[in-house]
Amino acid sequence: MSLDAAMPRATAPAILPGSGGMRGALSDLFWRRPQLLLFLMLAPPVLWLGIVYIGSLFALLAQSFFSIDEFSGLINHEFTLKTYGDLFQAANLDIILRTMTMAALVTLASAIIAFPIAYYAARYARGRWKALFYLGVMLPLWSSYLVKIYAWKLILAKEGILTWLLAKLHLLWVLDGWLSLPVVGGNSLSVSATGTFIVFVYVWLPFMILPVQAALERVPGNLVEASSDLGASPGQTFRNVLFPLALPGIVAGSIFTFSLTLGDYIIPQIIGTSRLFIGQAVYSQQGTAGNIPLAAAFTVVPIIIMGFYLWGAKRMGAFDAL
Amino acid sequence: MTSAVYFQKVSRHFGSVRAVDAVDLDIVPGEFFAMLGPSGSGKTTCLRLIAGFEQPTSGSISIFGERAEGVPPYRRNVNTVFQDYALFPHLNVLDNVAYGLMVKGVGKAERQKAAEEALSLVRLPGYGARRPGQLSGGQRQRVALARALVNQPKVLLLDEPLGALDLKLRENMQEELKSLQKALGITFVFVTHDQGEALSMADRVAVFNDGKIMQIGTPEDIYQRPKTRFVADFVGSSNVLPPDFVQRYSGQHRWGSLRPESIRIGRAAKGDGVAARLVGTNYLGATTKLALDADGLRLHAIVPAGTKLPAEGEAVMLTFNREHLHLMDELA
Repeated sequence: MSLDAAMPRATAPAILPGSGGMRGALSDLFWRRPQLLLFLMLAPPVLWLGIVYIGSLFALLAQSFFSIDEFSGLINHEFTLKTYGDLFQAANLDIILRTMTMAALVTLASAIIAFPIAYYAARYARGRWKALFYLGVMLPLWSSYLVKIYAWKLILAKEGILTWLLAKLHLLWVLDGWLSLPVVGGNSLSVSATGTFIVFVYVWLPFMILPVQAALERVPGNLVEASSDLGASPGQTFRNVLFPLALPGIVAGSIFTFSLTLGDYIIPQIIGTSRLFIGQAVYSQQGTAGNIPLAAAFTVVPIIIMGFYLWGAKRMGAFDAL
Repeated sequence: MTSAVYFQKVSRHFGSVRAVDAVDLDIVPGEFFAMLGPSGSGKTTCLRLIAGFEQPTSGSISIFGERAEGVPPYRRNVNTVFQDYALFPHLNVLDNVAYGLMVKGVGKAERQKAAEEALSLVRLPGYGARRPGQLSGGQRQRVALARALVNQPKVLLLDEPLGALDLKLRENMQEELKSLQKALGITFVFVTHDQGEALSMADRVAVFNDGKIMQIGTPEDIYQRPKTRFVADFVGSSNVLPPDFVQRYSGQHRWGSLRPESIRIGRAAKGDGVAARLVGTNYLGATTKLALDADGLRLHAIVPAGTKLPAEGEAVMLTFNREHLHLMDELA
């Protein structure tokens, strides 16, 4: 028949010969022993992460159990918890609380701003609009972090575009009123805690949008319909279906925004008041002050906070839908 | 009597696609109504119009006498069993079933009791603590049914609810759904592309094609007296006979249909009948399906298993009771 003419099957053997050579032998070996291939692929990154990355982190943390001799400035290599005690001095505690409050507010604001954007991208954006969404979210990440921060300094400065715009809108009194408040205020936005907050939210927002969008994308559309069908108003559907199912994404995003804010030392240096954040404290303690043990102890603080944060999130059931 | 669901010239267009095209529909309270058609025929869109997920482009819809255009799904006392069940993955089975009562503000003890009862109704008592992910397809289907029924809807919509189940389970569920509907007296609107399912379960069937209803009637009407070639062909794969052929037996120049089980097979050149050639046999268990060639016209016949058959390629004589030859009203 015609099939035989097209495919002369009589001549083909049942078992094909190997392709021969090293490559053929290796392919066959890896096929027979997949664990070997897995081992060869994982060994380099595990060595890198295990020794170079985690190892040096632990070496740093070990320093936190040493102390500094206040007269000579030399490090005393004996186990002590004295450095941790120093963390509880009023000035240091102040730094920790300020940083945590900022990180929590930045995380909350990012989540509130990110959700509608992520929701739109996950549910409605298709094709070209989806590409535009990714571009819009990722584009700021392509330019230098420092350039963006200095750009914000110009925007927020007293002579900056924001003040100019508010003056044109006759809303300058709102800004002046806000800046006259204690703690959040200052001479201008660029030297106030509010300015630090705005720039933190701007810089970390993509890290919240993307995981929330990924989580919402995995929520089948018919769950929203089912909820509505069963009598839930849009608000109830959000509280009972969308939010719980997006929570793993929000938690994942908040891990980024929270820990990045906890550790950052450049933004509060350039924009904001002279009051220190944890990152700046670490930077100055290990640099100018030469107090490596205290710097190391400060480094432990965000790690512990994040540990508690994840534990709390897990207890709240944030990962149940995974 | 007020209709359970009443469509008057309802259309739903998506761009240039007329998913539902000027459909009139009148579903009687308490009946088991099936919407049957191939995929893309508009039956699911009709269901979504009743549920409120879609709004009509034109025409009017009323549910138990009340106008439904512009009314959101959550204000309709209508519940849906979704094709892939749409159970909430983050809630256990009991909370899934109690969801409708929860959003209506029913107290915890009361709604859990009602949910337990609904689970017993679908023969899943004691499954409340499990997660939807831990259930089999058939069990999920029952949970979805319980979740809808616990709200005591005026109309229950079922969107191909049995499509994902295997044959045995599907047959069991068909019987159960039927008896459940009889016991509860709720109006069921059932969407399916499986004609056997529609015929065996429904009180009345609407056959959809291209966004229009081709025919509405009892299963017997639809099966025995199809109005159009499409209905004859889609429901039970009837033999559609061209006017020239029909004229020889009925004297009328019209399209006709003949059920495969109405055709009898005899020896060639014996008595008067249609001379044909057996071109293939298809063993189906209880019956055997025969492919026949009557001078270029392809026909199918179904005979009981065990019937003595001529060899493939042999000439046969086909006979049928002329009363079984059904003439169709329309040419379409």
